[in-house]
Amino acid sequence: MNAPPSPTQHASLQKTERQSQVVRALQAHLPAHALIWHAEDTTPYECDGLTAYRQRPLVVALPETEAQVAAVLRTCHALGVPVVARGSGTGLSGGAMPHEMGVTLSLAKFNRILKIDPVARTALVQCGVRNLAISEAAAPYNLYYAPDPSSQIACSIGGNVAENSGGVHCLKYGLTLHNVLQVRGFTAEGEPVTFGGEALDAAGLDLLALVIGSEGMLAVTIEVTVKLVPKPQLARCIMASFDDVRKAGDAVAAVIAAGIIPAGLEMMDKPMTAAVEDFVHAGYDLEAAAILLCESDGTPEEVEEEIGRMTAVLRGCGATAIAVSNSEDERMRFWSGRKNAFPASGRISPDYMCLDSTIPRKRLADILLAIQAMEQKYGLRCCNVFHAGDGNLHPLVLFDANDPDELHRCELFGADILETSVAMGGTVSGEHGVGVEKLNSMCVQFTAAENEQMFGVKRAFDHEGMLNPGKVIPTLQRCAEYGKQVVRGGRLPHPELPRF
Amino acid sequence: MSGIDHALGQAVERIRAAAADGTALRIRGGGSKDFYGVAPRGELLDTRALAGIASYEPSELVVTVRAGTSLAELEAALAEKGQCLAFEPPHFAAGATVGGMVAAGLAGPSRASVGSVRDYVLGATLVNGRGEVLSFGGQVMKNVAGYDVSRVLAGSLGTLGLIAEVSLKVLPVPPAEATLEFACDQADALRLLNEWGGRPLPLNASCWFEYAGAGALYLRLRGAVAAVEAACAHLGGERKDKDRAAADWQSLREQSLPWFDTAAGPDALWRLSVPQTAPVLELEAFGAPLVEWHGGQRWYKAPPTPAAAARIREAARAAGGHATLFRLPAHGEAHEATVPRFDRLEPAVERIHRALMREFDPHAVFDRGRLHAFD
Repeated sequence: MNAPPSPTQHASLQKTERQSQVVRALQAHLPAHALIWHAEDTTPYECDGLTAYRQRPLVVALPETEAQVAAVLRTCHALGVPVVARGSGTGLSGGAMPHEMGVTLSLAKFNRILKIDPVARTALVQCGVRNLAISEAAAPYNLYYAPDPSSQIACSIGGNVAENSGGVHCLKYGLTLHNVLQVRGFTAEGEPVTFGGEALDAAGLDLLALVIGSEGMLAVTIEVTVKLVPKPQLARCIMASFDDVRKAGDAVAAVIAAGIIPAGLEMMDKPMTAAVEDFVHAGYDLEAAAILLCESDGTPEEVEEEIGRMTAVLRGCGATAIAVSNSEDERMRFWSGRKNAFPASGRISPDYMCLDSTIPRKRLADILLAIQAMEQKYGLRCCNVFHAGDGNLHPLVLFDANDPDELHRCELFGADILETSVAMGGTVSGEHGVGVEKLNSMCVQFTAAENEQMFGVKRAFDHEGMLNPGKVIPTLQRCAEYGKQVVRGGRLPHPELPRF
Repeated sequence: MSGIDHALGQAVERIRAAAADGTALRIRGGGSKDFYGVAPRGELLDTRALAGIASYEPSELVVTVRAGTSLAELEAALAEKGQCLAFEPPHFAAGATVGGMVAAGLAGPSRASVGSVRDYVLGATLVNGRGEVLSFGGQVMKNVAGYDVSRVLAGSLGTLGLIAEVSLKVLPVPPAEATLEFACDQADALRLLNEWGGRPLPLNASCWFEYAGAGALYLRLRGAVAAVEAACAHLGGERKDKDRAAADWQSLREQSLPWFDTAAGPDALWRLSVPQTAPVLELEAFGAPLVEWHGGQRWYKAPPTPAAAARIREAARAAGGHATLFRLPAHGEAHEATVPRFDRLEPAVERIHRALMREFDPHAVFDRGRLHAFD
């Protein structure tokens, strides 16, 4: 009975003590209902949209006022407790995965639209406001918020800021970065801070550009001022079929080369088309090797002109069939499959892993063919949807998580796609973020010195590393273990450092 | 290629040596923007050996350029393929370089409609103050791998490192363009611009100023032929001759319009960046401003004195913006010590600035005082 505790028991005891300490400290600042720590209550927070990685947090804090947010941050900072901010939890890279010894700061209660200014064409919203809710609130003024990630019905603007979310219209309308004027929030120490401003620029370095896409590691976002843009009078969509993926890939480049910036330019391969057709019955061409969706928006005159030019280019590139939407219903039907690619994949496979790399547009066909070869190599199927216009891929690797070998092969398959993308001149993440999922792949894309400089950026904002630690930037040790530290120009960065 | 590698290697050696012996370096391309920001200090580090377009594929909408390349050369290469830098960066003098353009972060007349320099930066290679060659971002439109270090270089005035190479998003030159003129006062111009901004019109640039006591608003439309024609019919105003208008927009971009001429007097040029909806500012004492960016950028001619600075900065802040002492008068009194060139920073933001500069340049090789008078 009096035997000393085993190492595991010891760790567990330490954790319990730490938990009590943090709970006591936070109770001084939060009402009872805004603080949860029992396992059954914190379990819903153990992962975000990337369910393969789970971790219950020490404590979940659900502040309701800015003063409470500041107090939580100050308290955690003083105690040296990591803080992981969380919005809607729809992220796909584990960016909001809790820290075992940390506080998950749920900002769900900051869900008010504070102001829609139709003259300035801006919306001032709290971080927990859903992406789509902004456009809905702006609709009476014929305005909308342009970035439209597929999860827009659920994802929050705070999360969009953290991930620099895109969507299907970003080639023409830009990413979150291009559509946000100001972010207000708190530093890791709980000090109020504003990045950007109501004007088109702010004095000093453009810290807003660093904060957007920083995955909650540099500051906590509470309030965001977004730009609203006038709703185009009309949008029409072309659906073009190709009997060869290379022709489809070339058609994408040809549209751009013709001086056209489509409002949306998406591609689906044959397996994906089959999966979504089964799900939405939109009448997709099941024989096509690839389908392109090519959208034009603007004034009726503008759209007619552009649809004509795009149709000519697509025909010239060997499209086997072309349909142009003649009504809003028909346009939505064309898009329905693309927008439902994920749920459709969920119906044909117990599990799937969604990748998110970006490559130069001209390599679209090359990467598709490379992925086809990988399907053989790893013995797994893969469906592909691409934001073709900006070269952003979303291959969905199908697997069964209950089969450990399939899970393992799926991970290798994913890593192979990311590394192939980097080798083709691309990047490991176009819009989903690095989070915990792609830490190893960061070792492929960046040198040790580059990763270290990013740690420097982190330190400049958050000296003690309290905000969302362990995400996005891999440590030198991790890269050494992964064995993929980049060798550029035949020289290893930091040759003086020991490896393995 | 080897010449370029050699040039980069030399720059790296120079920076490492400076870091080791405590020398300060002043990064400079064509020197066309020497006037901007706090006067540069330190030994000259000329970027012009780092020259040339590294890669350009029009169908990718991306160009990768070495920092010392002349901006004019880049623009000519893009024009040859029917493309452009949509944000119309000002040169301000012959010999302006691409690196200087990014470091200054200044955009031209179209900025409010199309975005700024940073919005078009996709990636960059820089040499930090330790002499490490680092690449961030890339050559693709969407990239969220790691922090967006390349974009923060836009407007950094060399305080974070030597920009060696940048990848920029380029766009096709719009097929149609038209310029309309409206006679109106400043308040009406601001009201009209904000009204038009809320409608799906192909607005691209605007400029309002007074000439011989009468106000005139110029509006440039760019886009599809049909859209521009429809907008002209809808908006009215007087349609300007195409070539003449193009020359005027170019003069606006380069600040060579007579309005900007402060050479003779004691006045400096002040740049106020305010929300587009900010009303006419209560700075009548300094005369009527020149208004750009659909109301978002307002230029005033006023002395570079502490008293004028206080009034101007107070008005800018009250409107939700900030003011920059953009260009000093040629023969004015120097107030550098008492009138900072850029507006003050919020305490947390200033702390982050200092820390960032230390992280990129721990030995203070680069002139971090160029942006703010940090020690």
